[in-house]
Amino acid sequence: MEHNFSAFLIKYAEIGCKGKNRYLFEDALVRQIRRALKPVDGEFEVTKESGRIYATALTDFDYDEAVEALQHVFGITHICPVMQIDDNGVDDLLAQAVSYIGKTYGLKACSNVPNEDAKTGPEVSGYGETSQSEVPTDGETKNVPDNSAAEKMPAKLTFKVMARRARKNYPLDSMEINARVGEAILQAYPEVKVDVHHPDVMLYVEIRSRINIYSLEIPGPGGMPVGTAGKSMLLLSGGIDSPVAGYMLAKRGVVIDAVYFHAPPYTSERAKQKVIDLAKIISRYTGPIELHIVNFKDIQLYIYDQCPHDELTIIMRRYMMRIAETLAEQHGCLSLATGESLGQVASQTMQSLAVTNEVCEMPVFRPLIAFDKQDIIDISQKIGAFETSILPYEDCCTIFVAKHPVTKPSLKVIKRSEQKLSEKIDELVRVALETEEKIWVE
Amino acid sequence: MEVYFDNSATTRVLPEVRAIMNEAMDLEYGNPSSLHQKGVNAEKYISASRETFAKLLKGKENEIIFTSGGTESNNLAIFGAARANRRAGRHLITTKIEHPCVKNPMKLLEEEGYEVTYLSVDQTGHISLEELAEALREDTILVSIMYVNNEIGAVEPIAEAARLIHEKSPNALFHVDAIQAFGKYRIYPARMGIDLMSLSGHKFHGPKGTGVLYVSKNAKISPLILGGGQQNGMRSGTENVPGIAGIGVAAEAAYANLEEKISHEMMLKDALIDEMEKLPDVQVNSSRGEAGAPHIVSVTFKGVRSEVLLHSLEDRGIYVSAGSACSSNKTGKAGRKAASDTLHAIGLSNELAGSTLRFSFSRDNTLEEVEYCAKCIGELLPVLRRYTAR
Repeated sequence: MEHNFSAFLIKYAEIGCKGKNRYLFEDALVRQIRRALKPVDGEFEVTKESGRIYATALTDFDYDEAVEALQHVFGITHICPVMQIDDNGVDDLLAQAVSYIGKTYGLKACSNVPNEDAKTGPEVSGYGETSQSEVPTDGETKNVPDNSAAEKMPAKLTFKVMARRARKNYPLDSMEINARVGEAILQAYPEVKVDVHHPDVMLYVEIRSRINIYSLEIPGPGGMPVGTAGKSMLLLSGGIDSPVAGYMLAKRGVVIDAVYFHAPPYTSERAKQKVIDLAKIISRYTGPIELHIVNFKDIQLYIYDQCPHDELTIIMRRYMMRIAETLAEQHGCLSLATGESLGQVASQTMQSLAVTNEVCEMPVFRPLIAFDKQDIIDISQKIGAFETSILPYEDCCTIFVAKHPVTKPSLKVIKRSEQKLSEKIDELVRVALETEEKIWVE
Repeated sequence: MEVYFDNSATTRVLPEVRAIMNEAMDLEYGNPSSLHQKGVNAEKYISASRETFAKLLKGKENEIIFTSGGTESNNLAIFGAARANRRAGRHLITTKIEHPCVKNPMKLLEEEGYEVTYLSVDQTGHISLEELAEALREDTILVSIMYVNNEIGAVEPIAEAARLIHEKSPNALFHVDAIQAFGKYRIYPARMGIDLMSLSGHKFHGPKGTGVLYVSKNAKISPLILGGGQQNGMRSGTENVPGIAGIGVAAEAAYANLEEKISHEMMLKDALIDEMEKLPDVQVNSSRGEAGAPHIVSVTFKGVRSEVLLHSLEDRGIYVSAGSACSSNKTGKAGRKAASDTLHAIGLSNELAGSTLRFSFSRDNTLEEVEYCAKCIGELLPVLRRYTAR
């Protein structure tokens, strides 16, 4: 879209209150913003300046792509597109502010305004589209009337100017800037009004070495910057739940590694590709993911041969957890993560979870534990994983599943069954770990 | 050893096809509609290909329309015929074993107010001429029957059906999806009473994205794609010159030593059927001899999921198709594909349909490959049958 912004002011909330660790959080956020903006058309410089983060464009850039990229960065609460102008005197500032309001809110200026730009009429900006994109947002873009409002009732638009001077040698003080800019806008657009208590538009004018003008606040995803909460090994299947679990942990700042178990030829190459695709989809939020692909076939067939069939899934899952924990230790993870949700299937009853959990020493995070399926699906759709998750390829949890698996396994019974595996299982696990395939997904 | 037994899915492009396509892309890249020499040169590839098809099908050059493939050819035939002839009637006839690119247009026409009769098939996948005779009405405007079924290779009685259709329903056009049949039979549509016939280039060693619809000069159809009026307005859009050049050369090659090739493929088919019938709990769905196409063998392996057997064969270098993308999970679950309509129509249950593989040959396959494949299956079956959902 056509736009007149040259930077984004990034607002963040929670990380503001982390005391002496604050810089760690801010540095992580800066890193994540840089990463997110890399694929965007245009070049940016991301800087920390007196308690704020700016992403300043060094070249022309694609505004919609940039906003969308920033909306994937956890830790950001709001994204403010900023118009930066050079200080060419007070009259120029007034003209630019008037033009900004006109362009941004689709207002037509009256003829008594000196600025030519402002006469070009209602150039309705595309922010409406931005807030409707697939990116999950917790709120509406503030300070933006929707298009119909801009067209039908511009009379209702109220505003307030909020000036700040970081550079005190500017000829006007803040109060004077407020007054002069407000006056210019009122003259240009007779249909707008000032409301100092509850304005629709809060117009910020910041006098720095250059002058920043901004009013829009586009909601970000919230959460904490990835890289501030340790690393977790996610058990990623081809289903709906585990990618959502990975997304949710990343939202709390966790770096995600993932492990996928396959069993060729019982599971297909396409099932594996599907998991890689899912990892790629969530990597937009989590950052690069190291995906470990473990061939589980021989372990699975051995369990099939040795143990009661209705215990197959539960014993299989215990071995998956063991392998995942070993990989987690090898790769510096402090926890495991799964997409399990209480009672969803036989292996996710509380009894089953207790039996599965028993093999791990690391904490196992299950962010979806109390979610209904529909709630999980909603998030999956928001993050764009759903369509991929429902592709009909079987994963190794479903291939040999018993018609009536145990739902209330007893640890004692399961352990006794596992003793039947003692002859070969350690060797099979060792081979599975040794032959794991690593894929870097980003 | 690499054994490619998936020639009904697609075939390898012939070197001479590739050569002429390169030439058409590299040297004669003009737009065939351009007035200058470059355009004229490009158009020559199209005329040459048109001549080839006219000759092979014993038709006229203006009866050949080049399309983007089998799907477009079938869509054009069905929508084109139904829409152009709606004043003569609204009744259509097809079979229960057609490819989705026939079936889905038929469904859409049903929603648009046409009436469609779906002919059933017997256990070998053949329609009954009696049922067809009963279905034909005065207001029948289109009958669409495939020549060779893509999943089990059943060969339908096209000539007999054509006689019946034209006798009982003078207004009806007869469309034949010959996508799996071209290059296996000498098909002369005008002599056989076929009004519309679909072909697909990549099924006979031509390029993907190319197809032909034969439209008899007596048949009236309306176009699907409108634009600059290319191909007499029947299929607008700048012609895919390299593709059209390629499909022509591939068609020519398909007819070279046709009888010899067919008897070779028949021999492979019978050999594979012989081998399969030796195995326990295996059911062959394709017909021996002339009732089945020479190149397609469908086999159901009871108690084995087709996908698992497919990947196990893949491990040994053998490439085949699953008869149906079924899963061991309960059918009907969201996102799971239902079993194939063709396999259902010949009476297979969901479970059996989900245990079915298709082997399809080309002239390049050998008896040695068939024997290797049979040997691998014989070894794999007991192992795979041991590990199943219980």
